[in-house]
Amino acid sequence: MSQPSLIVALVGNPNTGKSTLFNALSGLRQHVGNYPGVTVEMKKGHFYLGEQRVDLIDLPGTYSLSARSPDEMVAVDLLLGRRREEPRPHVILSIVDASNLDRHLYLTTQLMELGEPVVLAVNMVDVAEAQGVQVDCAALARETGLTVVPIRANRGVGLDRLQAALVQAAKTGTRPVPVPLPAAFEAESQALERELSGELPPFLAHRLILDVGGTIEQWVVDKHGPVVKQHIEAARVRLAEAGHPIPAAEARARYGWIREIVGKCVTRPSERPKTWTDRIDHVLTHRVWGTLFFLAVMFLVFQSIFVAAEPLMGLIEEGTSWLADQFQAQIPEGPLQSLICDGVIAGVGGVLVFLPQIMILFAFIAVLEGCGYMARAAYLMDRLMSRCGLSGKSFIPLLSSVACAIPGVMATRVIENRRDRFATIVVAPLMSCSARLPVYLLLIGAFLTEGFAWWVPGLTLFGMYMIGFTLAPLVALLLKRTLLRGETPLFVMELPAYRLPSLRVILRRMVSAGWAFVYRAGTLILAATVLIWACLYFPTTSPDGTPYPERIAATADEAEQHSLQAEWKAHSLFGQLGHSLEPAFRPLGWDWKIGMATLASFPAREVIVGTLGIIYAQGEVDAGDADQRKQLGATLRADIARDPARGPYRVPVALSVMVFFALCCQCAATLAVIRRETRSWAWPAFTFTYMTTMAYVGAFLVYQLGRVLVDALGA
Amino acid sequence: MATLAELQPGQTAVIVSITGAPALVQRLYEIGLLEGDTLEVLGVAPLGDPLEIRAGHTRLSLRRSEAAAVSVTLC
Repeated sequence: MSQPSLIVALVGNPNTGKSTLFNALSGLRQHVGNYPGVTVEMKKGHFYLGEQRVDLIDLPGTYSLSARSPDEMVAVDLLLGRRREEPRPHVILSIVDASNLDRHLYLTTQLMELGEPVVLAVNMVDVAEAQGVQVDCAALARETGLTVVPIRANRGVGLDRLQAALVQAAKTGTRPVPVPLPAAFEAESQALERELSGELPPFLAHRLILDVGGTIEQWVVDKHGPVVKQHIEAARVRLAEAGHPIPAAEARARYGWIREIVGKCVTRPSERPKTWTDRIDHVLTHRVWGTLFFLAVMFLVFQSIFVAAEPLMGLIEEGTSWLADQFQAQIPEGPLQSLICDGVIAGVGGVLVFLPQIMILFAFIAVLEGCGYMARAAYLMDRLMSRCGLSGKSFIPLLSSVACAIPGVMATRVIENRRDRFATIVVAPLMSCSARLPVYLLLIGAFLTEGFAWWVPGLTLFGMYMIGFTLAPLVALLLKRTLLRGETPLFVMELPAYRLPSLRVILRRMVSAGWAFVYRAGTLILAATVLIWACLYFPTTSPDGTPYPERIAATADEAEQHSLQAEWKAHSLFGQLGHSLEPAFRPLGWDWKIGMATLASFPAREVIVGTLGIIYAQGEVDAGDADQRKQLGATLRADIARDPARGPYRVPVALSVMVFFALCCQCAATLAVIRRETRSWAWPAFTFTYMTTMAYVGAFLVYQLGRVLVDALGA
Repeated sequence: MATLAELQPGQTAVIVSITGAPALVQRLYEIGLLEGDTLEVLGVAPLGDPLEIRAGHTRLSLRRSEAAAVSVTLC
C-alpha cells in the first residue's frame, strides 16, 4: 500500500524566488487551484521522494498573515485547514531571502504560531555572500528551533536536502515554539477566544486583536454583533494603556526576537557596500533617464504585441483557413459543412489567434517582474495613474490593451487591490485595440480620404484612438467614486533587488497564461461564434422555395453567387433582426445592413468588414486585405449616396459607425476573459452594457451633430 | 519633528513613530520599518510622488500621503 500524500504549503514574501523554488520542486507536475468567491489562484504541484508523494501548494507572496481581504483570508484559512476543499498542510515551507533575513523572518514568526512544523529555506545565499553577508544556518536552526536549509532555487542547489527535510519534519511533527508576545496580550486573546466559545483557533484570536479593521474582525462582528466589537476595542485600549499599543506591539515583539537571533547568526560588513541595485536604480528611477528608459521599455512591449505577434497571427489564420478548406473538400455541402467550416473552425481560429499576443505580453510581464523592474514601472507611473483613482500598477495592463484588451485584462493580475483591479478590467476594453483598426481603415478610406485635405484621414484615426485614451481614465475615476468606492489601497511597495529572471518561470507564465485563456475563455468564444453563425445561416429557404445553398451551387456566375448570398443573409435571422431593429439604428444614421453587420460582429469587431462584404454582394471580404477593403468601401459609399435621406450626410454616418466601434464591446473574447478574471457574469454584463450604451449615445450625438453641421455648411 | 513626506532626497532620518490608518501602519511594520531604525530618502518619482526610500536592507516606494504616517528626526 502506498503511503498517504504529504501536504506542504509554500509561503514567503514577494520576490524571494518562491515561484522559482516551486517550479524547481514540482517541475511540470503542476496545476492551478481555484477557490469559490475569491479571485486568487494557487498553484499546486507534487514530487516524489522515494515512495513518498509530497503535494506542494504555492500561496501568493505576502508580507504577513494579517488578512485584509477575502483573497488574503483564503491563504490564512488554508494554512489552518479551515477550507473544506483543501486538507490542512502537514508542513509549512517558509522561504526567506538570505540578504534580508530581518524582514523576511517576520512572516516566518507568524507561521510558527500556526501549530504545524515549519521548514525554513534560506534562499539566495550566494547573492548574500556576494554582498559580504554570511548566514550561519546551523546557528539559525539552533536559535529558531526550525529545520533550516540553505538553497539556491535558481540553480537547484540544496533542493535534495530541502525535500528530505520536509518529509522528516512531517514525520517528527515537531511544532515550533512561537515567539512570545506580551503576557497581557495573551490574556486578552484567550478571554476573547472564550467569549467566542472556542470558535476561533488561538492564532485567529490573536489576529482578531492585532488586525484593526481586518477581515477576521469584520467576520466576527458580522456574526456576533457590535457588542463583540466593543469588547475587541476595549481590549486594544487596555493593551495600549499597559504599554502595548496595537499594532506596534506585534512588530516590536517579533522584530525584537528576530534581531537578537539575526545578531547571532548573520555577519555583515560594517559598512553597507554599494550594490548593483543601488547603481542601476540610480539611473532607472532617475527623473529623466528613468523616464526615458521606461518609455523605451513600454515602446518595446507595445511594439512586440502589436507587430511581432502579427506574423504568428497570420500563420494561425492561414492554418485555420487551410483546415476549413480540407473539411470543405471532405464533407458534402450543407449545414454540417458550413457549421464546421464557418462556425466551429472559424471559432477555434478566433480563439487561437489571440495566443501570440497573450504569450508575448506575459513573457514581458514575467521578465519585468522577474528582474524587479515591474515595481519601478509602477513607481514611475503612479502619480499619473493616481489622478484617475488607480495606481501605477494599472499602467501596463491598460497600455497592453491598446494592442488587445484580452492580454490587458489578464495582465491586471499584477494589481493586488480588488477594486483597482476590477476598475482596470472594466475600462481596458475602451482602449482602442488592434481589432478596431480594420473598421477605421475601411470607413476612413471610403468616406474621409477622397476630396479631403491630406491630414484628414490621419487626424480622424488619431481622434478615434483619443476617444479611448480620454474616456478610459474618466470611466475609471467615475467607477472608483461610485461602484468601486472604498479606502485608497496602500501603495507601499518593495522595490526588489535586480536579478536575472528565471527562464523556466518566464516560459511557465507564458504557457499558463495561454492555456488559461484557451481553456477557460475558449469554449465561450466558440459558443458565441457558433451562435452567430447559426443566426446568419438559418433559415436557408429562399422565397421561391429552393434553399439558398442549392441555388448558389447551381450557378457558376460569381456575381450571381454573391448577390444570392447577399439575399440569403438579408433573409437570415440576423437579417430579419436587422430589419426589425432598423428604427433603433435610424437615429445613428444606419440602415439595416450596417445594423445587422454590427450585430453579427459580436464575436469580434473586425467581423463587421467580412459581413458587410457578404451583404453588399462582394463575397467574403478579408479585413486585412487593403484592396478588398477599398472595393468594399467604394460600394458602401455608393450605397449610402443613393439614399436620399442619408446621402448628404455620409461623413456623419461613417463617423457614427466609427465612434460606435471605438466605444462598444463587440468582442466575445474580451467578455469571456473578464468573466474568467472576475469569476462572475456581473462584470462582463456590466462592461458590455455600459460600453454599448456609451457607443449608442456617442454614435447618436456624432450623427446628429454632424447632420446639423453639414446643413449649416451647405446653407 | 518632521515626517518622512517632508524629507528631501539624500536626507537620512531616524523613525520616531508610525501612526495613521491601521492597515497602513501595520503594512509599514511588516515591510520592515520600525521605530528607532534609520531610513534614507533615495529619490522622488518624476511627477513629484511617490518617494523611493531605503530602510535597513529594504528598498521601498511609498506615496507622500503614506510617508506622512512616519514621524522622523533628521540625522
